[in-house]
Amino acid sequence: MSSLNDYKGPALSIAGLKKVYDNGHVALKGIDLEVTQGDFFALLGPNGAGKSTTLGIVSGLVNKSEGQVKLFGLDIEGDWYDAKRLLGVVPQEFNFNQFEKVQDIVITQAGYYGLTKKQAVEQSEKYLKALDLWDKRDVPSRMLSGGMKRRLMIARALVHDPKLLILDEPTAGVDIELRLSMWEYLQELNTSFGTTIILTTHYLEEAESLCHNIAIINQGDIVKNTSMRSLLEELHKQTFVVELQQAYPARPVLADLDVSWKDDQCFEVDVEKGTAINELFTVFNQAGLDVSGIRPKSNRLEALFVDAVRK
Amino acid sequence: MLFIRAYWIAFSTILSKEIRRFMRIWQQTLLPPAITMTLYFIIFGNLIGSRIGEMSGLNYMSFIMPGLIMMSVINNAYSNVSSSFFSNKFQRSIEELLVAPVPNSVILAGFVFGGVARGLLTGIIVTVVAVFFTDVQVHNFWVLSSIVLLSSILFSLGGFINALYANKFDDVSIVPTFVLTPLSYLGGVFFSTDLLPEGWRLLSEFNPILYMVNGFRFGMLGVSDVNLVTCYAILISVIVLLTIFSMRLLKRGKGIRS
Ligand SMILES: Nc1ncnc2c1ncn2[C@@H]1O[C@H](COP(=O)(O)OP(=O)(O)O)[C@@H](O)[C@H]1O
Ligand SMILES: [Mg+2]
Repeated sequence: MSSLNDYKGPALSIAGLKKVYDNGHVALKGIDLEVTQGDFFALLGPNGAGKSTTLGIVSGLVNKSEGQVKLFGLDIEGDWYDAKRLLGVVPQEFNFNQFEKVQDIVITQAGYYGLTKKQAVEQSEKYLKALDLWDKRDVPSRMLSGGMKRRLMIARALVHDPKLLILDEPTAGVDIELRLSMWEYLQELNTSFGTTIILTTHYLEEAESLCHNIAIINQGDIVKNTSMRSLLEELHKQTFVVELQQAYPARPVLADLDVSWKDDQCFEVDVEKGTAINELFTVFNQAGLDVSGIRPKSNRLEALFVDAVRK
Repeated sequence: MLFIRAYWIAFSTILSKEIRRFMRIWQQTLLPPAITMTLYFIIFGNLIGSRIGEMSGLNYMSFIMPGLIMMSVINNAYSNVSSSFFSNKFQRSIEELLVAPVPNSVILAGFVFGGVARGLLTGIIVTVVAVFFTDVQVHNFWVLSSIVLLSSILFSLGGFINALYANKFDDVSIVPTFVLTPLSYLGGVFFSTDLLPEGWRLLSEFNPILYMVNGFRFGMLGVSDVNLVTCYAILISVIVLLTIFSMRLLKRGKGIRS
């Protein structure tokens, strides 16, 4: 464990991960994914894409069929003991005993991680206060509101000070105001304590304002893995397919336009959304191109992304 | 060595949570055996027992007492683990354990000893009830306590396996109703197997509860229908088998990991 401080590799690395459920459903088709230490990472995808399955395998709740998962370089099977100690998990569904009291739930979880009673009490106080649940510490968990239950699961996941926190749709069903304060808290955890955070979400603003890097998963495949910034840039562009009257083997360069030729008679051009198309024709005319047709290219990524973040 | 300490803490956390649970719902866990036992003593001991006369040279009340205590112990050990573990599955709070660095052996031990705790506490409660109706004697304390301990471990393991396979609450009551109760009634709680016709007596030798009841009766009264060594051998080998089986199921994630 002492070597962990020198470890500079990824917080999470997934290679060739495959999941076939008992009923034969292929939920993950062999995905690769890396999340660097200190990152705030979003896993986006429409319902049923395989987000919870991925996080479930990482946290030991789902058996994998094939592939390898490492946390801070530790294999989750071979080095499960050390690997699990570094991980905190906030699942999608509420999964605490409804009859137990709030603080008891957090203290019990601390016990599972081997914290002494004294440490457990201190840590539970620290995180229940941080998540604004200290007043509710003696209340049976079933009496909490949805947002409070969500925060209780976050406090429980943090009780052993994990280096990686994964949250499966943490803000689903949480009202706007609470959502903002939860974001603030997660951001502070990420920047002040260097906790690596991975979350799945349906809210575009959430990924946009919190996350540095993202992956989009669809039907068990990672279809995009990039920084939030380049994703937004891509989303703000529109592509047109331009067909020409005859072939132009010289493929003339078009000033200031982002063009890629498909063949001598057809090219695609990327423009900022909202650009007037007339301007394109001015450039085509100057280059002496006779255009026979122009159509917008359907953007698969955008369709997916919209699907992913707007349920 | 640090992890051994962590495992110990995890074990005591599970165990104390289990104990807290059955104490919190004592009306459903500790009270019913006390009431049932009182009824058994009144009906079979006082009202009917006086007409039955002696069994294995003992008055009927004394004869049935060890079996009745044993029956409460194993029923309560079994149902504590089956219902508690199943409700952990049902509420998904079992995931709290699955994400944590807790080995399967510690999970199993924690729940099994939770069942043992309830079994033993129930045993004490019904013994206290028994004191009001008859002389409670101890022939051999070590036999008595080891048989109770082993039997409650065995049935806690059974309850654990039941809970792993169960998909709904009904599935955890099927076994007690259709297996445990009949086996207990036929396991020599109320009669000596000497009374059975030859064929039935041979058959009853395959009933593990018979050995527990008789081992326990020997610990209290010094009389038994079966050999004590056989009794320990059977208890220990069934415990070993059930432990191996439970560990395999846990490794596979039967009923807890998809
Ligand atoms: N226990 C299961 N058995 C069979 N199929 C499952 C199980 N859990 C999830 N699936 C299926 O696997 C796919 C991925 O599910 P999931 O990972 O929950 O998606 P997401 O979290 O992205 O919505 C879905 O088609 C879902 O129906
Ligand atoms: Mg999901």
